[in-house]
Amino acid sequence: MSRKTITDINEVETQEIEADILIVGGGNAGCFAAIEAKKLNPALRVAIMEKAHISRSGATAAGMDAINTYIPDGRTPEDLVRWSRSQVGGGPIREDLALSNAQELNEAVEDLERWGLPILRDEDGIAQYRGKWDVSIHGEQLKPIMAEKAIESGADVYNRVVATGLLMDRDRCVGATGFGVRDGKFYVFRAKATIVSTGGACGLYKSYTSDATSSHHQTWMSPFNVGTGYAVGIREGAEMTSLEQRWVATRTKDHCGPVDTISVGYKSSIINAKGERILEKHYAHLGGDKAPRYIRANAPMEEWLAGRGPTYADTTDLSPEDAKDLKMDYLNERPSFVLFLASRGQDITKEPIEIYGSDPYVVGGHCQSGYWVGIDRMTTVPGLFAAGESAGGTPNKFVGGCAVEGKLAARGAAKYVASVTLPGLNADQVAKEKERVFAPLLRGPEFDGISPVEMEERMQRLMDEYAGGISQFYRTNEERLDYALKHLKMLANQSQYLYAKDLHDLMNAHEVLDRLVVAEVLTHHLKFRKETRWPGWQTRSDFPDVDPNLDCFVESRLNKQTGEVEMFTRPYEQLVPGDRYTP
Amino acid sequence: MPPRVDREKCDGCNAQQEPLCEQVCPGDLMALGPDKKAYCRARRDCWDCMSCTKVCPVGAIETRIPYQLGYHVAKLIPMMGTDSITWTCIDIHGNVERFRYKNRIEPE
Repeated sequence: MSRKTITDINEVETQEIEADILIVGGGNAGCFAAIEAKKLNPALRVAIMEKAHISRSGATAAGMDAINTYIPDGRTPEDLVRWSRSQVGGGPIREDLALSNAQELNEAVEDLERWGLPILRDEDGIAQYRGKWDVSIHGEQLKPIMAEKAIESGADVYNRVVATGLLMDRDRCVGATGFGVRDGKFYVFRAKATIVSTGGACGLYKSYTSDATSSHHQTWMSPFNVGTGYAVGIREGAEMTSLEQRWVATRTKDHCGPVDTISVGYKSSIINAKGERILEKHYAHLGGDKAPRYIRANAPMEEWLAGRGPTYADTTDLSPEDAKDLKMDYLNERPSFVLFLASRGQDITKEPIEIYGSDPYVVGGHCQSGYWVGIDRMTTVPGLFAAGESAGGTPNKFVGGCAVEGKLAARGAAKYVASVTLPGLNADQVAKEKERVFAPLLRGPEFDGISPVEMEERMQRLMDEYAGGISQFYRTNEERLDYALKHLKMLANQSQYLYAKDLHDLMNAHEVLDRLVVAEVLTHHLKFRKETRWPGWQTRSDFPDVDPNLDCFVESRLNKQTGEVEMFTRPYEQLVPGDRYTP
Repeated sequence: MPPRVDREKCDGCNAQQEPLCEQVCPGDLMALGPDKKAYCRARRDCWDCMSCTKVCPVGAIETRIPYQLGYHVAKLIPMMGTDSITWTCIDIHGNVERFRYKNRIEPE
């Protein structure tokens, strides 16, 4: 499609859309939210604003090889919450949210199966578990299946619209704005309720393969998920929780493919260069190779740091059939890993798979970074709801949990919609946002400024080296965080020099601006947690131990008047009985 | 350096306003050039999700591993069926492996 070139703000057409519920981000949670909203009330006008095309967007664009949580017969939602709590070192987690997700989890997964997703089951129809909670699927078509159902539901899908900000009526959210990366239009969605269900934030940190390779995006999380869903709310003073609990994972080295598939699913032990089973050796008391996720992420890096790297998932005991099944799993989720092995000429039954740490991500699906929400999934901004990666407090949601949360947010939003009316449009606000959004493009080809790529790379190096990235084995300290904050502010001030040469570049410009907002808040969270609660995910070399006084949620809110990020805490409440540290 | 478009095979999806690869790429990376052939506008930004490779009706797109990470020349070729997918993988030694499985079941 030919794309517009824009040289004057007056050339930019504004398209206004009115909806009852606006969904920002048509991924897993967003599709389920749309389907649920239309099911509750077919008369509701539901619009989805999607940056890519919903048939292949976001974290599940490539597909999925497992549903990581599906409650087997004989186990309860409370059991799942206990497991989830133990995976983050005994919490704190939002057990109210986690339990409400777990209660409807299986139904959401079975929705997917009813719609055409192959879940591998035995002759008796029992799902094939490859861990306590993970079931294997052939999920290459997972995203197209969800998208088809969202479209069938009658929701209006606006593909290729990049979200930029929230529409506000004083403190209340009344929709959102965006721009068309293909048509160059400025979109104004007026909505009684808005559900943010974008992906988490990838690309805050430098991936170690991005230097001197032609692959800057060798990341595990979708690199097109940049944290816009968080940034739009942060700018309006929404409360965020637990951003310091970063998702860091052991991944295949040089390719960043999932390793739990190999080590847990195929029981291939994690070993160091000496062939020692490092998790069994150091963490047998926490489950060995099945130890909590942050332990599994951090342990191989400890080996490298101690001079005992490289580290591997030892696949040399696999039968040829198992090796083929393992590759098939990858073909469903991260297909190019099979190509990667072929490009190394590697037979994994003879040579183990090398593993390494990923760059850190801010996500509300695996970890619990995101908006602080109520049980109805409304954020602290009235009218703004969050689901999936955007909603905080509930780790280990994965596919099924994000689907349920989409449904719950839709129910919350539908109820809220019934009690409010839509105010008139604030023309000043819209004009200001339009000007802000298109400014980098209108600076012109002769402008002496900074490209989005340059700013992104500066930010990624800064975060990597000072805010606990992979090059520093995830460690940071007070002084480094202060340095990061100082330079993040400088970068934010430099946004006046950012230029975009076309609409794609304009998208990249807003992506780095949004990442900067999330990076600053994340850095404040890392600074506030003066302890090491989840080594690897959050490691303070100046505070190496757990501080019992920080057994609580770390919260942040941007003060819109001062522009400063204010930090505070909320208490943890244990609702599900049992020892917090064991599943 | 993914993806690589075979300029002989690519027909720009003929009458389509956008070729299918441009429609699906989650990163807005694929585009149609003035010669009506698809190209990737920022190969360094590709995530290797292979959405473009899978959707191309004439098999003109190949996902490649950047040479700094893997050796020349391995191939992974998907063939999409209505309810199944077949992958052919050829490693740098010429070994061929095939995988075929259902990726859709009949909806209830």
